[in-house]
Amino acid sequence: MPQDVFAPWLDPDANPIIQFKNVTKKFGDFAAVDDLTIDIYEREFFALLGPSGCGKTTMMRMLAGFEAPTEGHILLSGQDMAPVPPNKRAVNMMFQSYALFPHLSVWNNIAFGLRRNGLPKDEIAARVDEMLRLTRLEKFARRKPHQISGGQRQRVALARSLAKAPKLLLLDEPLGALDKKLRQETQFELMDIQEKTGTTFVIVTHDQEEAMTVASRVAVMDHGKIVQVATPPDIYETPNSTYVADFIGDVNLIEGKAGAMDGDKLAISWGEGLADIIGTPHTNFDKGQTVYFAIRPEKVTITHDKPANPIAFRGKVLDIAYLGNLSTYHVELPNGQIIKAQTANNRRISRRGFTWEDKVWVSWTDTAGVLLEN
Amino acid sequence: MRRFSWFNATSLTLGFAFLYLPMVILIIYSFNASKLVTVWAGFSTKWYGELMQNEAFLDAAWVTIKVAVISSTIATALGTMAAIVMVRSGRFLGRTLFSGMIYAPLVMPEVITGLSLLLLFIGIGLDRGVLTIVLAHTTFSMCYVSVVVSSRLVSFDQSLEEAALDLGCSPFQAFFLVTLPIIAPAVISGWLLAFTLSLDDLVIASFTSGPSATTLPMKIWSSVRLGVSPEINALSTIMIGIVTIGVITASLVSKSTVARQQREERAAERLSAG
Amino acid sequence: MRRLILIAVPYIWLLALFLVPFIIVLKIALSDAWLAIPPYVPTLDISAGWAGFKDFLSGLDFENFIFLTEDDLYWKAYLSSLKIAAISTLFTLLVGYPIAYGMAKAPDEWRPTLLMLVILPFWTSFLIRVYSWMGILSQEGYLNQTLMSLGLISEPLIILNTNAAVYIGIVYTYLPFMILPIYSALEKLDASLIEAAEDLGCSRLSAFWLVTIPLSKQGIIAGCFLVFIPTIGEFVIPSLLGGSQTLMIGKVLWEEFFSNRDWPVASAVAVILLLILVIPIILFQRNEQKQREANE
Repeated sequence: MPQDVFAPWLDPDANPIIQFKNVTKKFGDFAAVDDLTIDIYEREFFALLGPSGCGKTTMMRMLAGFEAPTEGHILLSGQDMAPVPPNKRAVNMMFQSYALFPHLSVWNNIAFGLRRNGLPKDEIAARVDEMLRLTRLEKFARRKPHQISGGQRQRVALARSLAKAPKLLLLDEPLGALDKKLRQETQFELMDIQEKTGTTFVIVTHDQEEAMTVASRVAVMDHGKIVQVATPPDIYETPNSTYVADFIGDVNLIEGKAGAMDGDKLAISWGEGLADIIGTPHTNFDKGQTVYFAIRPEKVTITHDKPANPIAFRGKVLDIAYLGNLSTYHVELPNGQIIKAQTANNRRISRRGFTWEDKVWVSWTDTAGVLLEN
Repeated sequence: MRRFSWFNATSLTLGFAFLYLPMVILIIYSFNASKLVTVWAGFSTKWYGELMQNEAFLDAAWVTIKVAVISSTIATALGTMAAIVMVRSGRFLGRTLFSGMIYAPLVMPEVITGLSLLLLFIGIGLDRGVLTIVLAHTTFSMCYVSVVVSSRLVSFDQSLEEAALDLGCSPFQAFFLVTLPIIAPAVISGWLLAFTLSLDDLVIASFTSGPSATTLPMKIWSSVRLGVSPEINALSTIMIGIVTIGVITASLVSKSTVARQQREERAAERLSAG
Repeated sequence: MRRLILIAVPYIWLLALFLVPFIIVLKIALSDAWLAIPPYVPTLDISAGWAGFKDFLSGLDFENFIFLTEDDLYWKAYLSSLKIAAISTLFTLLVGYPIAYGMAKAPDEWRPTLLMLVILPFWTSFLIRVYSWMGILSQEGYLNQTLMSLGLISEPLIILNTNAAVYIGIVYTYLPFMILPIYSALEKLDASLIEAAEDLGCSRLSAFWLVTIPLSKQGIIAGCFLVFIPTIGEFVIPSLLGGSQTLMIGKVLWEEFFSNRDWPVASAVAVILLLILVIPIILFQRNEQKQREANE
């Protein structure tokens, strides 16, 4: 393991800053978080990703202290947090609505938490000014929240929650209220600030692109359970389930039956009159077991002529989605299966090679896809 | 751009004439020199002069203001507490009874509220006077305050209070530093409503006051039962004038606040776009 | 602990000054007048324990209520209150709806002012607003003066101290309660609905009848209840504008109490009045509930 790679989760001696131990949270009969165990390490930028109602916000609210776990324990630096009220936790939260106090100026919003600590006046002033510099808000210190733009409000909320130098910063959909362009800029700003302050960030989001961009690790959640925790490349390239494969990015899912292993390759039979798909499994599949073959559209090659690659199928172009930089072709195979193939448009549109109803070949290499059990 | 159609213009003109003409006539005739109120005999302010010398009216006005200030202040405190309980406290024993007791006085005929409070005060042997009127007014106006404040609390973004807790406030501090300043306009309107209700009240005050305390409406009542009087016209004019100035000022202030806020918001958006 | 104090303070206040007085009214309504002044029998002797409570209960009777049914003054007063409330609610609706409609259709920049003009009378003294009609409606009042000088009538009309004056007074004082809910219903109404109705072949009038009225139904119902409920127990208006033949239960209760000093009967009158009010109040609550659900 090279020294400069940040991966404390691989180090068995590292002490996690947050530990969820078999945490369950029920609202009535509904389990919002279901027997969940996870460790989060210092200086991590940890993303909780999932559709609304998957329990990610509940997890965050338990960390902040607004909800108490029904069962299990949450430890912060090894200490059980259950008896600690929200105002006594070294954890701060940036709210989805920003929750800026409308009756206070930007300066006083940022100073709000520091005042509660009873710090001397000049220390508070110094810290607030530092936060204003960090978030580039010096010019707006005297303004009220309604007098600044959405992006600036977002930065005030960030500055306010960072002012007390919390061990852990929780961000609830921090960029959800911004438009797409501003959101992308702000993502890099967030990463920059996280690096500068060395604070552990836990972010809740339903936007997979955002999670992939900012996070050191991503936890994909569904129905109160964590489905997979991994780094963004691992999540994308080796999802552990069809749920994750489908949730992150675009994917072709093909259902088939496992054939015999041939070295490290597995043949999957998936349709009459069609050649087997050869894949490289990471786990063992019994012969005859149902296998899902997942392949990203950009890993599927589309050609007019039969390619040299042995995994190739003939079909016809059903639909074309032109996205500017990319084009996605929907190719229908003889058994009705639709395969999405994506190509980069590095040539002008007039030279586009394929059109509707064209007979084409789709192909991929035997390591391009993943084999999943469910 | 919408304009008034002739039908709408007519119905509005007639409607507002109906609403305001009686008061306008009252005001005009308060400057009538004649003792015969319905016969115009030239302009005069003599009834205002006589009103100012009428000790009984001045005493009653003083009692009324005293009662209104004290009762509306207590009612605002109690009503705000009740509103928080209704909106925030979730379930507790007797919640239905509690909300029933908040809403019931709003629809209870004044004669019944007055009667029941009087019977209570007699039952416990409390001397009737300013204190009993204050207790009575506080009780029914706290319900109005709680309705006004709770309608504001319902739309209050709970995450503001959570943010305050998150930043180290105790729940008590969070209420006084964050919630109260934000809901202050609703609390102030609640107070004004309670104050006006107390100023206006005739029936409940008549039941609950004793010989030692007479409020202005009671005084007006005993004199108008005998017929129209020029002094009462003058007094009415003063009261209408105060209310009108108050309401118009309040609406102008809130209008300019809203306008300024909108202007600043637009400026902020331009700033970020530019 | 904090939560307990927060709940307890307003709770105890309301129990002591709202519920307990009401229980006292109920108790006195079931008691016999003993020379029509306190103490009333039975008195509850707490020291006597359960036996005392039983004595207390057995001492209660419905004599006062039976008295109310025997003397036709009372049930006539109840019926007359209901009738006056219903008729004046209808008049208020007829007067209020065009005003609310005109306000909702007014140019945007006019609406806040119009709204303020409707609310303003609410802040001025109720008593003064009722009183202002005395000078207008009396025999030598401004209305008769005007009509006679215009030559429309030769004899002064007798309006003050009749039920007609009571109707006018109620319509006048309760008009804002009718206008505001109807206005808020009409204001929300999408103008394109009327255009759609006309596009589909409705005349202006039938579009109003088939689209506007049904969509402002909730506001109409709310406004009617807001006028009807408080009018039943009204005291000031019938006393100042009504005559000796105007029977309204609020006035009867007041007189029973202050003039006849018959507290048990006054209490019984109050209890029945409340029972009568329960039905419209429940209906009103249901309407409000329905509206809230529709808005969600």
